[in-house]
Formats: sequence, C-alpha cells, structure tokens
Amino acid sequence: MMIRDLTQETFLAITANKTRTSLTMLGIVIGIGSVIAMISVGQGAQKSIESSIQSIGSNLLMVMPGSTRSGGVSAGRGNAKTLTSEDAEAISKLNKVKAVSAEASSRYQVTAKNNNTNTQVIGVMPEYATVRSISTDLGNFIKDKDSSGRVAVIAPTTRDDLFGTSTNPIGQKISINKINFTVIGVTKAKGSSGFSNQDDSVFIPLKTAQLYLSGSKYLSTISVQVEDQDSMSVVQENITELLLKQHKISDSTKADFQIVNQADIAATASSVTGTFTSLLAAIAGISLLVGGIGIMNMMLTTVTERTREIGLRKSIGAKRRDISQQFLAEAIALTFLGGLLGIFFGWLASLIIAKFANVATSVSGFSILLAFGVSAGIGIVFGYYPAQRAAKLNPIEALRYE
Amino acid sequence: MISLENVNKIYQLGDNQIKVLQDVNLRIKKGEFVAITGPSGSGKSTIMHIIGALDTPTSGRYLLDGQDVSSFSDDELADIRRDKIGFVFQSFNLLSRSTVLRNVMLPLIYNEVSLDKRLIMAEAALRAAGLSEDRWNHLSNQLSGGQMQRVAIARALVNNPAIILADEPTGNLDSKTGQIVLETFRRLNKENGHTIILITHEIEVARQADRIIYIKDGQIVDSL
Repeated sequence: MMIRDLTQETFLAITANKTRTSLTMLGIVIGIGSVIAMISVGQGAQKSIESSIQSIGSNLLMVMPGSTRSGGVSAGRGNAKTLTSEDAEAISKLNKVKAVSAEASSRYQVTAKNNNTNTQVIGVMPEYATVRSISTDLGNFIKDKDSSGRVAVIAPTTRDDLFGTSTNPIGQKISINKINFTVIGVTKAKGSSGFSNQDDSVFIPLKTAQLYLSGSKYLSTISVQVEDQDSMSVVQENITELLLKQHKISDSTKADFQIVNQADIAATASSVTGTFTSLLAAIAGISLLVGGIGIMNMMLTTVTERTREIGLRKSIGAKRRDISQQFLAEAIALTFLGGLLGIFFGWLASLIIAKFANVATSVSGFSILLAFGVSAGIGIVFGYYPAQRAAKLNPIEALRYE
Repeated sequence: MISLENVNKIYQLGDNQIKVLQDVNLRIKKGEFVAITGPSGSGKSTIMHIIGALDTPTSGRYLLDGQDVSSFSDDELADIRRDKIGFVFQSFNLLSRSTVLRNVMLPLIYNEVSLDKRLIMAEAALRAAGLSEDRWNHLSNQLSGGQMQRVAIARALVNNPAIILADEPTGNLDSKTGQIVLETFRRLNKENGHTIILITHEIEVARQADRIIYIKDGQIVDSL
C-alpha cells in the first residue's frame, strides 16, 4: 500500500463519521491541552523564580555572620558581629573575585515631610551597584568609597511611600533614625525577589552607616561577585579558608560566618519547581490516558462496524499488514490531530491563565515536542490492539458478518 | 489450470468433526465457464473458498497454475487473490460512501499500480462490465441492484485476473436483471477469455454455464 493511498483511506475513514471523530478527538484535545497548560504554569513559576534569583546579581556569594556563643547561649545566626571591612578587603584580593561589596544593613524608621515608613537601610560602597546589578533611574548611586556624607539613594517603593508615586525627590531631605539625609538618587525598580523586596530600601554610604547609625565597624553582609560560574565553589572554599585564618579559628565547624552560594539557591528553587511541574503534568496526564482509552474504544467499534469491508479488502488481496496499517494510521491521525488542537488550546489556556490569574506561564518548545510525541504514542499504543484485531479477522467469516 | 486432488475439509466443532468436503477431485481448464451447484449446506461455498484462496484444505492438494496453493501462508494467499482471482458476491460488498470509480480502483491500491494507470484500468473494467458512463461518478449507494452488481464485476475485472469467482451473483437481483448479469459473464468468457466459476443453488442459473458440477453432502455427484 502506498503512503498516498494510506493517507487517502485514513482521511476518508475519519471524515466518514464526523461527530464520533470529533468527540473521540476531544478527549485527546483536553488531555494534551491540559498537559501543555499545566507545564506552562510550572515552567512559568520556575522562570520567574530563576529570574528573581538572577536579579539579585550574577555569580554571587554572600558571606554573612554566623552565630556567636557567650557562655553557651547562642545569639542566633546572622547576629554575630564578626565581619569587618578588613575581611572584605582580604576577600577582594583572592583569585577569581571580580568585585566585593561590604554592607551593613538594619531596619529604621525613615521619615520625609509628612510620611514615614519602616524600611531597610543599607550602608554600601560604590561596588554594591555592580555586584547587585543596580542602576539609577534619577540622580546617581553612591560614588565615593570613603564618603561619610549624609546622602541617601532610595529605591522606588520607598520613594513612593515617602514622596508619592513617580515624583522626583532629588535634593529633598529624609530623616533616618532622626538624622537628616539628602536624597541624591532613585534606583530602577527590580521587582520583588521573593526573599526580600529589593525595591523597598534606602542606600547610604557604608562609613556613614557605621558612624551615625550602628556605631560599630561590623558588617552585615559581604557580597562577593565571582568572575565565572565554574569558579564559584573554589572561591567559596578559599573564602572559608581565608576567614577562618583571619578570625583565628582552627575548627571549621565553629566558624563564625556562613557563606550562601547563589547557585545553590537557584538549584534548590529549580528542583522545587521541577517537582511542582511534574506533579501538574502527571495530573494532566491522567486525562490524556482517559482520552487514549476513548480512542481505543472508538477504533474497536469501527473495526466491528467495518468487518465486512475488512473481509472484502482481504478478498481483493489486502494482506494483514495492509489492514493493520490502515487502522493504526486512523488511530494515529486522530491522536495527532487531537494533539495539534490540544497544543493550540493549551497555549490559549496558558495565555488566559497568565492574563486573568496573574500567574506567569511559559510554553516551551520542549513541552510542545513532548505533547506531539505523547499524542502520536497514544495513537500507536491504543490503536495497536484494534488494528491487530482487524488484521487477524478471517476473511470468510468477515464477509459473512451481518 | 485449477486442479483439486483428494481435497478434504474438516471443521472441528467442539468434539464433533464435520466433514464439509470429502475427497473432492476437480479440474477446471483455462477459459471454461463452469457452474458449481448444489443444495445449501452441500459444501459448494467451501469449494469456492478453497478455489478462491480464501481458505485452505485440511488435506489434499490444490494446484493453481501448477503451484500447490494448499500449503501457502496467509500473505501468499493474499497475493494469489490479488493477482489471479476476482470475486463477485451476492451482496455486492461495495464501499457505500465511495464513488463507483473509487470502488473499482480499490484492488489496485494493494498492488501499488501507479495513479495514472488506475483510472485507465478502472474505465476499461467498467466498460467491460457494461455500466454506462454517466454512473461512474455516482456514489455506489445511489445505484440500483443491477448497477451495483456491474460495479462489483468491474471491481473483479480491474486487475485482469484469469479467474472470476461469482458467489450467487444473481441472488439479490430480480430475474431480468439477473439475466443481464449472467449475459455479462458469458460475454466476458467469450470475448476476454476469463475463466468463470459460478456458484449458485438455482439450477436455472447453473444451466447457463457450459459445464455443471453438482455437489451433494461434500462430494461431487453426477447429477442431483
């Protein structure tokens, strides 16, 4: 049997009973459509988490103070006063370190003329802008490394809270912990990172923060940007070694600092969303299975209905293979067309979900390929048995079938 | 060219063995017009199935053009049916939603005849079967019984097989239309040299053939 004949036979067969064909196909359409839509929700979540992790900066290691113990009482992680500017200085001399930003942050009540807000005030060095990939919308970021001037750069959400949406606050005064600062810049919005809202912060020079606000030389974080992703773990080990030496600690389990690797956070987050995506896809897969059983049911009915036709075809010279090919092609055509429509509707559904449910969705080439493969596979799996049944019919009995 | 030698056909029905054919010996020469007749249940359909390569004997030999068909596999039997035999059935067995031409061309898809040849072969077969040209593009379920049987004959002829096997071809037709169909067979036999084997239980129909083979209780007899 030539491909062209097979195609024509298949076309005639599936257009012969359009109602039944479309109802059977609907099962596959819903199955494939929901797989596409569910995977798009999962992958959308994955992408948005990845991009917010990326927005913190790239190839970042964050060194934070560990816990201190005084007489057996732990003050809790992150509260120790152990990191200093000297540590930051030493880290910046390590190999493969691109930039180091020393930070001292704390929450304060910040007031402008009529409004006030409680927000994170971060004492930073100019490197902070590079390391955390921050750029300014208005004015400038902190430029002078040794400045102890009372200037502040505010993030957009803080600007909105203090001065109103989309105003230009450059030159205005704000007071942090009752000390006056002049606003010299507004940063660009970066979006909430899921961990903390980066758009709700006030940046002031590090020295100013240490001098006027915390009154100590200790740092809350040292952000280290590594030159490339492959060197991150090596640099992490080198920093650990360096700081243990600096802090004169011989037992690494008693380290008074901890290092968070951005790649680790990203890996954890993506494994969580990966599981989430698989779960959604598995649920949608059940409807696909039901759709496949629908195909098998229809094909078995068709084989029974067309028994005489099968008998005739055999009597004029059709071999088993010709008959099984014909019915298998029919099943595959049904699932393939259903798959196509399913991809279309699944895509549509993901766009609707994105628009109305405000959930990020993303239809990937992979999920489309998967859907195509699965729908053709279902055609083969669920079409095989009916096709074999047709092919094995005895021509004499088939011709006599009433 | 058709030669049945000591052919037996036994069906196993539970514990009972049913002997449908017993020691049948039969020769049909190329270009003969033969009728096989007998009462219902006599085994004439089974003979037709064996001659038509739809079935194989339980024992004995069936030689077709010198080949022993009785030992052929399913696929080899399909090739014999495709190349050497054209079937005409009592109930026509046309694809109802397809046109006359498509019905006639159906056997050609199984021997992969090129598309441009198919139409030529189908038209020639339809002319030989005597169906008027204005019906060729009708759907087959829009035709009368006599016209349907002509389409079925054309379908049997399209591959130009040596043997036409007609199983009660006039069974569903009135006597006048039946007569026209029988005359068509006669003409095909005389003009194109097809071997015609007519299976019928009506002795009147059988008499139109050149030779009558009587079957009774699975055996060939001299007369009924």
